[in-house]
Amino acid sequence: MPLRATHRDAGQSTVVDLSGKITLGEGSALLRTTVRGLLDDKRTNIVLNLADVDYIDSSGIGELVSAYTTVKGRGGELKLLHLTKKVHDLLQLTKLYTVFDVYTEESAALNSFQ
Amino acid sequence: MGTDPKHIEITLETQVESVNLAEEMCIRVAEAAGFGEDDCYKIGMSVREGVINAFHYGNQERPEKKIHLAVDLTREKMIIHVLDEGSGFTLANVPDPLAEENLLSTSGRGIFLMRAFMDEFDVVPGRTGGAEIVMAKKLPLQDNQGTNGQGGQGASPHQGA
Repeated sequence: MPLRATHRDAGQSTVVDLSGKITLGEGSALLRTTVRGLLDDKRTNIVLNLADVDYIDSSGIGELVSAYTTVKGRGGELKLLHLTKKVHDLLQLTKLYTVFDVYTEESAALNSFQ
Repeated sequence: MGTDPKHIEITLETQVESVNLAEEMCIRVAEAAGFGEDDCYKIGMSVREGVINAFHYGNQERPEKKIHLAVDLTREKMIIHVLDEGSGFTLANVPDPLAEENLLSTSGRGIFLMRAFMDEFDVVPGRTGGAEIVMAKKLPLQDNQGTNGQGGQGASPHQGA
């Protein structure tokens, strides 16, 4: 299933609901344009809700890292929410689980922004 | 459960769509060979990463170049070959994506994932002059008490790469 992305504001923060696959091609590109679009709109506190992302490849992992560093470079923060088992295991395997700020509750993710 | 050796070979275009095509084909072969869901996921992901590697690094996304995918199904394992038409590379020169200085790199995890997900993995010089990824997954242990009369032959001894 191709990636779909919608976003909603939660105060000063934005939650991006993603569903489908983050893989080489359109999936990675959509994640990139969504995050860049939010940054252009000065929405720099971003939560990526990955509850419905059931598959991610190395390109998708790279895109998550790129989003993380880009947001940080603009003075914002990027959090990950609701990892599926496959995504969780891949982030563990690649040692990125400790790099990303990961949450299981949306309220906790939103409250974590400084 | 197939026990006769099988060989499948296809030539793929250097385009993004080839990645999905290769993954789907190999998952079907793996399912037919009796691999479980988790192994099929790992085989599919490894094929995906191998073809991405050929598409991006080997063939440098040049459409006139091809990607050659071959699958061998033996009694013991499923062996996958991904050959590109690039200039080849040496495994030892691939940076470790788990090294502190590479953790935030946006690329370079494909080889690592293939190594993690497959039982055997190597890169050799290919006949095209490019790199040939060769990786294998051992077939799941078969139920030798099976009722199809092939159980005895399916009980292969463990053997090294």
